Amino acid sequence: MSELSVNHLLGIKYLNESDIQLIFETADHFKEVINRSIKKVPSLRDITIANIFFENSTRTKLSFELAEKRLSADVLNFSASQSSVKKGETLIDTVNNILSMKVDMVVMRHPNPGAGIFLSKHVNASIINAGDGAHEHPTQALLDSFSIRERLGDVTGKNVVIVGDILHSRVALSNIFALKLQGANVKVCGPKTLIPKYIDSLGVGVEMNLRKALEWCDVANMLRIQNERLDISYFPTTREYTQQFGVNKKLLDSLDKEIVIMHPGPINRGVEITSDVADSKQSIILNQVENGVAIRMAVIYLLASKIKK
Amino acid sequence: MSQKVLLSSKEINIILHRLACQLLENHVDFKDTVLIGIQPRGIFVAQRLTKILLEEYKVKHIDLGFLDITFYRDDFRRGEKTLEATKTKINFLVEDKKVVLIDDVLYTGRSINAALTALQSFGRPKEVELLTLIDRRFSRHLPIQPNYRGRQVDAINNEKVKVMWEENEGEDIIYLINR
Repeated sequence: MSELSVNHLLGIKYLNESDIQLIFETADHFKEVINRSIKKVPSLRDITIANIFFENSTRTKLSFELAEKRLSADVLNFSASQSSVKKGETLIDTVNNILSMKVDMVVMRHPNPGAGIFLSKHVNASIINAGDGAHEHPTQALLDSFSIRERLGDVTGKNVVIVGDILHSRVALSNIFALKLQGANVKVCGPKTLIPKYIDSLGVGVEMNLRKALEWCDVANMLRIQNERLDISYFPTTREYTQQFGVNKKLLDSLDKEIVIMHPGPINRGVEITSDVADSKQSIILNQVENGVAIRMAVIYLLASKIKK
Repeated sequence: MSQKVLLSSKEINIILHRLACQLLENHVDFKDTVLIGIQPRGIFVAQRLTKILLEEYKVKHIDLGFLDITFYRDDFRRGEKTLEATKTKINFLVEDKKVVLIDDVLYTGRSINAALTALQSFGRPKEVELLTLIDRRFSRHLPIQPNYRGRQVDAINNEKVKVMWEENEGEDIIYLINR
């Protein structure tokens, strides 16, 4: 298998295990490239990529842009807050206008779930979903699994707990799909109000007690409390959330093992995890950021190779 | 499809020894020289030459690296299959070094062109030479010629040179295959 089974990356749900292995193997090579003194390769010098962000994002946008530039692609950046979308233009019209400028690939973040899927059916370009509402964030899930594989040697058979706001998290959903596909055991942990009712149907366990969840797991993926998505009160106070679902050094030290701590960022220091945990040896948060560029280079490279001349 | 033996194991061994001697004449103690095998098949030639130089000609130390050129190739998106990368392993600087690029077969010259581009990511070499085990004459797309060649072959375009190595395919043998 040397080719992705898909022409777009809309979600992990649409990938198979071989796709994930191919992306990881390609990312391994790109990781070697980005650790050289000259971090650029000329593979995509005839490809133009538009980054269309209808929702604010700093690290994902930077990571994609860096990945594209390191592959030598031409890059267009489009931010909805300064665009014609404000004037009432439709999504398809906006994207088709951009594609008329001979763009080959679109990286899109959109607040509505399924926006990427909708777009892929109506425009003639390869689409990468950089986050669509509370639906999926496939490249984040890929880089998370890649980081686990890097630290623990394999993802298969590992126990991973995802802690926090599962209900609103596209990172959680994509991670569940990716981890299950690779044979990991997954549990979620968080306030009952932030765990979706359908979670059992995904083959995922639920653990309400953080300590028990940590005792079980090899990896704890701590999610950010997304205040911007919490339009009603799902838990009484942030302080109470931290007391029940925050990870601190004292709690980690009281466990009879060393677990890997992950966080997709940005961290609310002192809420999901304390600073001494975020900056500890157990934390692979900065590795996740570094791996993000290699994973995105791999995804872009593999999708671009399917756009034949 | 028919195939004939171009070089036997014994002939390959004689040629590798001759190439090692030629390298030795020009690079003496290999203090300022590095050998770089081009992935995937050039690494076998590079490894064999290094072994001969170290064990039989008692060169004290040779820097040997492997260079993958996948991301530098000019046929990306042109073929049916996605280009699959292999491992690059260059644990030394090529800055101001004499570099000998090593491959098994020189055909159009495009791989060597990509290798020269890829090499720039590791510094600015003092000079670059090319060693190939098989040189397919009259088939070049680019003005690239080897400094050291094992055997020159006049093969037509529907013929393929297939180099097999003991460590990979179980025996050292080179075929000329008519497709």
